[in-house]
Amino acid sequence: MSGAREKILGRVQAALAPLKERSPLPDWDPVLIERRGAIGAVPAANPGEPGLAPKVDLWTLFAERLRALHGLPMEGEAALAQWLKENGWTEGYCDPKLWPHFKASLPEPTFHVSTVFDRANYDNYQFGITIASGAIAETGTLVLTDRDTPSRLGALAPWAHVAVIRREQIVPDVASALATMPLDPNVIWVSGPSKTADVEGILIEGVHGPGQQVALLIP
Amino acid sequence: MKKQPIDTFAENLTAEKHAAVRGGTKATHEKRSVMLPEHFQNPQRLREMAGEIKQHAIENLDTYLPQVEAKLQSNGVQVHWAETADEACATVHRIMQARQATKLVKAKTMVSEEIGLAEYLEERGIESLETDLGEFIVQIDGDHPSHIVRPIIHKSRREIAVSFEREGLGAYNDDPATITQRARRWLRPKYMEAQVGLTGANFVSAESGRIVLVTNEGNSRFSLAGPRCHIALIGIEKIVPRDRDLGVLLNLLARSATAQPLTVYTEFISGPKLADRPDGPEEMHVVFVDNGRTEVLASECREILRCIRCGACLNVCPVYRQASGHAYRSVYPGPVGAVLSPLLAGKRFPELADLPKASSLCGACNEVCPVNIPIPDLLLRLRNRGKEEHAELASVATPGLAGWAWLASQPTAWKTALVAGKAMNVVPSALLPVPALRAWEKDRTLPEWRGGEFRKWWRKNERKTEL
Repeated sequence: MSGAREKILGRVQAALAPLKERSPLPDWDPVLIERRGAIGAVPAANPGEPGLAPKVDLWTLFAERLRALHGLPMEGEAALAQWLKENGWTEGYCDPKLWPHFKASLPEPTFHVSTVFDRANYDNYQFGITIASGAIAETGTLVLTDRDTPSRLGALAPWAHVAVIRREQIVPDVASALATMPLDPNVIWVSGPSKTADVEGILIEGVHGPGQQVALLIP
Repeated sequence: MKKQPIDTFAENLTAEKHAAVRGGTKATHEKRSVMLPEHFQNPQRLREMAGEIKQHAIENLDTYLPQVEAKLQSNGVQVHWAETADEACATVHRIMQARQATKLVKAKTMVSEEIGLAEYLEERGIESLETDLGEFIVQIDGDHPSHIVRPIIHKSRREIAVSFEREGLGAYNDDPATITQRARRWLRPKYMEAQVGLTGANFVSAESGRIVLVTNEGNSRFSLAGPRCHIALIGIEKIVPRDRDLGVLLNLLARSATAQPLTVYTEFISGPKLADRPDGPEEMHVVFVDNGRTEVLASECREILRCIRCGACLNVCPVYRQASGHAYRSVYPGPVGAVLSPLLAGKRFPELADLPKASSLCGACNEVCPVNIPIPDLLLRLRNRGKEEHAELASVATPGLAGWAWLASQPTAWKTALVAGKAMNVVPSALLPVPALRAWEKDRTLPEWRGGEFRKWWRKNERKTEL
């Protein structure tokens, strides 16, 4: 296969050799990708100005943007337990590190929660509770990594995924999320429930991943 | 007179398909056009910047490719190179054989369409299953995607319901939610049975070796949660210099494609999973695919390699809206396809030499392009190439200019023609002596002939200035 490598790289060099000069690597101003504060319930301080309004509470903005994506921002274990009960979702997975925190609010026999995700029965969980590694306020995005969410399936296979997040983990925008990207073989940004519009452009949620995406704020 | 193949295709399109394509593209384009200026102060500058970043990357592939290869290898990824479609398919096959793998789940990748991977593997007894809902439907129908981002934009829910019934996914039901739920149930076990998950890549960072994958459905995530081996097929032009440049490109990609700030899942993969993690691939391969790209790089159309496959140019193009994707007879339809497909065809360029003519050169494609590709300029360069290479299709339905050139160089004949042209106002179009004019008149009305008016005006005004 090294033959193919040399040939391809040789052709690349030959293709570029006639160029008198190469386009330089542009240095770009972060202002370019600052989002105007035009949408959502958190207006910019001065309308028309770029960027987030100063001193915007990142959780408030995040929650607003997540709701716009049909995701659910929630605060506290009690609210979660109540919501799960209302929907009749009692079979679930919870990350072992989180379980001590949720044990009291999701008691047997109402709930059956496992702290080991059984790959053989991947389809038997109605909800999965895992730890988020961060969040992006401007896009309502949760950041998951293999380090903090070891079970990829636990955050993907159940109909409802609950990502647990702390206030200080939220960054304002995409640029800051890229700048603070964790060193991890797999980092995934999740913006709302899994969805498609393949059939006649009609929006349907819950295709291969969760149909409900919750961000649960804990102190 | 012979028509351009794309015109013939458009004429034979059913009203239903035409409405679906037109409606779907128009709606997405309008949402995108509202969102970009609403979200950004200077979307024009942002597009230009994205173009500059990508142009720099492709003009420095000789540096970046070895750099990204080394980075990937140090991240624990096995790197392969494939010159041709066949070589790329064979590489995937070899990796699978080495693992004695017989089942593969595939997230949406245009490169795999381009190299005909599914057919190649099926012929060799390997199950290769599409998991993107649209691609899955295309696969069970033995069809081809007709849009880069929305593969089944040409299909109605009724057609899908019939296909699902035929394939045993359930009795006829054309409710989109039911269709989606059935596909979900059908595909879930497949992810868990497959030994290999195959994806493409939207971007690869030369700085970190991170591969970026964007999807909405979660199928690529599932393909990297069930199977133990990940193969990423990547065109050599997908490189981005630095991680921070993804800030520009990701902010534009989903907005341009589907009018979303970000797709639901944006995944950054830098290698196989850690040993103590339960889910994910323990082995990861990257196959860098050339398949004609180095030829494009050597051509005067190399700007097309900036393309990030968002489909915005398809959505805005009057020709695409009228003709639909299959009219382009290639994997990449629309304005980007009219440039890229004939170029990637290599020696078979003459077979697609009509595609650069499938444009009114209105420039809308350039205006929406997130990486600011001057598509109309590239189309002109390819029209020129078609003529220079005497490709027959480059001249179909193009009136010869020789007659006009002769007239324009003979003042007396020209003046006579200007007056004689008035006859066109009264002669029925079926009797017009020039075939190209007859063809034109079939669908359109020629404006009234007013030959000679300017000369009259000029004579009058020239006299005035002299006075």
